[in-house]
Amino acid sequence: MAGEKAPGEKKPGEKAPGEKKRSKKKTGEKKPAEQKASQKEAGEKKKKVKKYHCSRNPVLARGIGRYSRSAMYARKALYKRKYTAPETKIEKKKKEKPRATITKPVGGDKNGGSRVVKIRKMPRYYPTEDVPRKLLSHGKKPFCEHKRRLRASITPGTVLILLTGRHRGKRVVFLKQLATGLLLVTGPLVINRVPLRRAHQKFVIATSTKVDISGVKIPKHLTDAYFKKKRLRKPKHQEGEIFDTEKEKYEITEQRKSDQKAVDSQILAQIKKVPQLRGYLRSTFCLSNGVYPHKLVF
Amino acid sequence: VFKRFVEIGRVAFISFGPHAGKLVAIVDVIDQNRALVDGPCSGVRRQAMPFKCMQLTDFVLKFPHSARQKCVRLAWQKENINEKWAATRWAKKIEAREKKAKMTDFDRYKVMKAKKMRNRIIKHEMKKLQKLSSKKGKKPEKSEKPEKAPKSEKPGKAQKPEKVPKAQKAQK
Repeated sequence: MAGEKAPGEKKPGEKAPGEKKRSKKKTGEKKPAEQKASQKEAGEKKKKVKKYHCSRNPVLARGIGRYSRSAMYARKALYKRKYTAPETKIEKKKKEKPRATITKPVGGDKNGGSRVVKIRKMPRYYPTEDVPRKLLSHGKKPFCEHKRRLRASITPGTVLILLTGRHRGKRVVFLKQLATGLLLVTGPLVINRVPLRRAHQKFVIATSTKVDISGVKIPKHLTDAYFKKKRLRKPKHQEGEIFDTEKEKYEITEQRKSDQKAVDSQILAQIKKVPQLRGYLRSTFCLSNGVYPHKLVF
Repeated sequence: VFKRFVEIGRVAFISFGPHAGKLVAIVDVIDQNRALVDGPCSGVRRQAMPFKCMQLTDFVLKFPHSARQKCVRLAWQKENINEKWAATRWAKKIEAREKKAKMTDFDRYKVMKAKKMRNRIIKHEMKKLQKLSSKKGKKPEKSEKPEKAPKSEKPGKAQKPEKVPKAQKAQK
């Protein structure tokens, strides 16, 4: 009958979400809504009806019982009352054991073609003295989690004076601070031959001259990874060419050129609005007799 | 030999101390080293002040000794000391010094450019006049005229480039 089948199907579906309420009653031809309600009531009734036995261990004096631990085990019949916690989803996932071995192809003649290799191998060395466990330290963060600070005098659009590097003395426009704390800076290139480049905050003088950069959009892919120096060093043990590393001469990629153009065109428009600013950015900073940096107002 | 004297009503400029840079009028003399001083229009309360920190100016007000602040103020405003002071070279030099100290890097660049331009103009004119005088031989009349001409031109041109950076500073 359709009626009988329907309750049967509903039960596993209902039991899954409500595992805690174990209803053993099989209600027959009833409507699904009533079934749910009746099963719930049955479960609740069972829980409420459950009576707890009084203490099976009479008290001799305060804190001292008549029977020992093992005797109590037998009296309470714990040998047949062993419960496990229901298997959680995490444990279910954990049951999937990782692969222990893997078969790898092997070259060569008459070698059988493949080998079974362990993925996690036993250690090949055990130190005679175990390394002592390090004490917990507090507040020692790796570099990526350090707090980045920026001087209050450096805001987007500030003209900075570079003090170190091949562009020392040049006046340059500040764009933004990158994730590692370095400052993204540009000449612009047509003005003083400084490309989109990173500069360190400590080796820079911030002037009070500012260019209005609020409308300038800096592409999002200009990150530290973009600017990081690439070094390929995989000498394949060829004695003749060790000193000839692959990236001897730095080559400007097309992407850098296009990014430079994109950013500079916006900034140049703003620079043109301020009289004499272009010439200022072209000039370099220098000290002469009677000029003391601690007395200068930048 | 001495042209400015310590007298009642002498306006003095305070050179150092907590009221450095302000003008005061000498109201009374206390003893050899101190004077009773008052600066109602310059924010200095009536107080004793040593002579050492005062520098006498050319201005003298008219009021009786130990006059009260109201009288000093009236005399001060009548003589318009504040405006007269701002017009003196002394005050202008002080102001120029202050401005120079506040110059930013950009301002220094602009001043450098202006100076360069001005010097170029002057040099150009000098060269022209030198050529003229050397061409016409060693005639004393003509050599005097070109000497006077550049002197009158120099202050004219000097004002222009000076105004340029100062105007730009004011704009800033």
